[in-house]
Amino acid sequence: MADFGGTDLDAFRADTRAWLEANYPKSLNAPMGEDEAPWGGRKMVWKNPDAKLWLDRMAERGWTAPMWPKEYGGGGLSKAQNKVLEQELRRLKARPALMSFGVWMLGPVLLEYATEEQKQRFLPAIVRGETRWCQGYSEPGAGSDLASLQTKCEDKGDHYLINGQKVWTSYADQADWIFCLVRTDTSKKHEGISFVLFDMTSPGVEARPIKLISGSSPFCETFFDNVKVAKEQLVGKLNGGWDIAKRLLQYERQNISASGFGGGGGLSLVEAAKKELGVDGEGRIADGDFRARLAAHSMDAHAFMLTVRRAEAESKQGSGPSAAVSIIKYAAAKMNQERTELLVEALGLQGLGWEGDGFSADELAAPRAMLRAKGNSIEGGTSEVNLNVVAKRVLGLLDHQ
Amino acid sequence: MAVLTEEQTMLRDAAKGWASESAPVGALRKLRDSKSKQTFDPAAWAEMGQMGWAGVIVPETYDGSAFGYLGLGLILEETGRTLAASPLLSTAMIAASALQLGGSDAQKQAWLSKIATGEAVATLAVDEGAHHAPARTALSATQSGAGYVLNGTKTLVLDGEAADLLIVAARTSGAPGDTNGVTLFLVAGDAAGVTRSHLSLIDSRGAAKIAFDGVEVGADAVLGEVDKGWAVLEPTLDRAYAGLAAEMLGSASAAFDITLDYLKTRTQFGQVIGTFQALQHRAAKWFTDLETTRSCVEAALEALDAGADSRALASLAKAKASELVHLASNEMVQMHGGIGMTDAHDAGLYMKRARVTEALFGGASFHRDRYARLMGF
Ligand SMILES: Cc1cc2nc3c(=O)[nH]c(=O)nc-3n(C[C@H](O)[C@H](O)[C@H](O)COP(=O)(O)OP(=O)(O)OC[C@H]3O[C@@H](n4cnc5c(N)ncnc54)[C@H](O)[C@@H]3O)c2cc1C
Ligand SMILES: Cc1cc2nc3c(=O)[nH]c(=O)nc-3n(C[C@H](O)[C@H](O)[C@H](O)COP(=O)(O)OP(=O)(O)OC[C@H]3O[C@@H](n4cnc5c(N)ncnc54)[C@H](O)[C@@H]3O)c2cc1C
Repeated sequence: MADFGGTDLDAFRADTRAWLEANYPKSLNAPMGEDEAPWGGRKMVWKNPDAKLWLDRMAERGWTAPMWPKEYGGGGLSKAQNKVLEQELRRLKARPALMSFGVWMLGPVLLEYATEEQKQRFLPAIVRGETRWCQGYSEPGAGSDLASLQTKCEDKGDHYLINGQKVWTSYADQADWIFCLVRTDTSKKHEGISFVLFDMTSPGVEARPIKLISGSSPFCETFFDNVKVAKEQLVGKLNGGWDIAKRLLQYERQNISASGFGGGGGLSLVEAAKKELGVDGEGRIADGDFRARLAAHSMDAHAFMLTVRRAEAESKQGSGPSAAVSIIKYAAAKMNQERTELLVEALGLQGLGWEGDGFSADELAAPRAMLRAKGNSIEGGTSEVNLNVVAKRVLGLLDHQ
Repeated sequence: MAVLTEEQTMLRDAAKGWASESAPVGALRKLRDSKSKQTFDPAAWAEMGQMGWAGVIVPETYDGSAFGYLGLGLILEETGRTLAASPLLSTAMIAASALQLGGSDAQKQAWLSKIATGEAVATLAVDEGAHHAPARTALSATQSGAGYVLNGTKTLVLDGEAADLLIVAARTSGAPGDTNGVTLFLVAGDAAGVTRSHLSLIDSRGAAKIAFDGVEVGADAVLGEVDKGWAVLEPTLDRAYAGLAAEMLGSASAAFDITLDYLKTRTQFGQVIGTFQALQHRAAKWFTDLETTRSCVEAALEALDAGADSRALASLAKAKASELVHLASNEMVQMHGGIGMTDAHDAGLYMKRARVTEALFGGASFHRDRYARLMGF
């Protein structure tokens, strides 16, 4: 079947639309609460059973990972078909069926680096939302300088033994499995790192939640005390984990930026500004200074969106994530931070509430989203490190130090 | 730093020592975690009263030390450094100013000594919407017999729940937007018809929303002249702007010091992160903004002490301080990396306090606009 043939694609669109309309549960049209995010996994509590139904229906067709090969549970769609699917989902304003580090980050590197057995074992469970994954990269002493990580992994003949600590492990307490970077050779920095997978219920694993400034606790400190890991759970070569780690980070940045971070409560920035700052005789936001800054932000956001689209179009010709991905993650973080700040500012006092009376739920969400957005320029590699990468890799500028 | 007299230096050093020992950032954290609705710790406020800080701008006849606005600004800066929660701004700066600017002898007699010794908490109740807009006062005061009846709501009143005295901006004539027709009233915090409800804000200090429902006051409750309250309110607000800017300067300086320390100790890539030029330049720029803002804050306070027209300087100070705390709190988190995002680190407390002080008594937009108008463009 030709991917780009107009008629085939039109037929695909018609089928997709019909299927989605028949299968998207109507009860999901309501706004999605933070506690309803469909992360799946063994610990997931489905507040609305229709959200689970939606996941199952989508997973059945492989549409939670639409472009993965069918033999691993994916949808086997071409880029063009996937685009149609995304458009049709957007048209319905459908909630995501599944949110998943497995789909966004781990799956793509398993497809590239894992053995056939590993692919069969892990990928279909990701597609179905059965296994929720967390990312064991950062350590207290290894953040931006990730390759300095120290978590020790020893070869004990028939298994590996892991000891050490990770930090900032998002949702480690909710996850079923972890993809983890470990040190298998202490004599080399980058060439002494390996990439292993293991169950978070393994004896010796402990995840302690860390509370964030926004009040929620998605982070953990994760401790490993003599954790036994089967040898067939090493991905790629021993001491060859750094290449996989970097590849995964590219997918992470791509996904972080493609989603544009989102969030920020259900309020429209323009409507909030008009309401709280008032309008002039011509219906413009009365505060000229704020209006000018909002216009500048909106234009930056527009330019950003056009750039994302252009990068997508260009990447159709090439393969895999391009260097431009680095600037997109940087810009997306900046956009989301500006937008959430402007909303808080527009709301004035109404944007400063923490809890309790005097504020609507949307108003209370605004400052928390603003605070959470501060992490956008830190998670998945800080903005500084991203800019360093652009300067060095893309612009060819040499290291000063 | 302005050239300080020996007494001012002593005052500043005393404030610095007390804030770091008796009211460190951990005290605010404790207040927050106790789930208290108090906006300050009464014991700490009592100590401040004993040290005479509530009476810094109050004349000696009323038990103050007449030490001036720069003196009070120095204390506010030091308490701002540790985010110390106290009614210093609401009571010692703003309410004491209003009483001195517009109060009759009897009103001063009744309140200034109590304020100066820390016995009474007093505050200004002005804003009614989500944004600072003093001229848009709508809360009505209608004549009734020899006195007035107040009806309306104030949205955000600093230390409003604890206040013994509310200085309320009300409209006696004209329409919201007019500066004519505003009158200030002294109202007891627990007067019949006053309902105070707690607003839980992100900065863990909170404020009060206050409803006035048929609150009756006598003619002697008018502060200044009927319909001409603006003549007292505007200079009072200038003192609020400058005093708050001093507090903000202190917070931004502390955020800077903490971060600078981190830049010198945190190692990544085998070197302290402060060796990275990407961070060095931003630290240097941040320092530049701190210094230029300090000039504005001190100039505003000095102008107040000199009795000069301080309107443009007060707005300059508040606008620059708003930009500064914004930058400072964002940079503090970013330069700390992941640790700055955790609740256990103080960066979040600085960031949340920054957002509240930015918006309080007018954000940068409000003050840029006012500055431009005062400058004639
Ligand atoms: C919301 C959030 C979610 C996260 N989720 C995960 C997760 O799921 N799993 C996981 O493993 N990790 C996660 N992280 C951790 C994240 O990847 C690290 O925080 C990040 O890489 C920065 O490391 P650090 O916190 O140690 O900061 P540091 O590396 O100590 O950085 C401190 C400051 O120095 C700057 N800096 C460092 N090196 C340079 C340089 N060479 N040039 C210029 N500036 C530099 C940084 O940009 C930053 O401003 C998450 C972090 C956040 C905030
Ligand atoms: C209008 C004008 C008047 C001048 N008048 C005088 C004068 O009266 N007397 C006199 O002696 N000179 C004068 N100069 C020269 C001026 O001092 C130099 O232009 C200046 O020092 C920069 O040197 P450069 O032009 O060689 O640029 P470079 O040093 O080559 O710098 C090029 C760029 O690299 C950046 N750069 C360089 N080193 C670093 C670093 N370590 N870290 C980060 N960035 C760096 C610079 O900021 C600049 O952006 C004048 C220049 C101008 C434009």
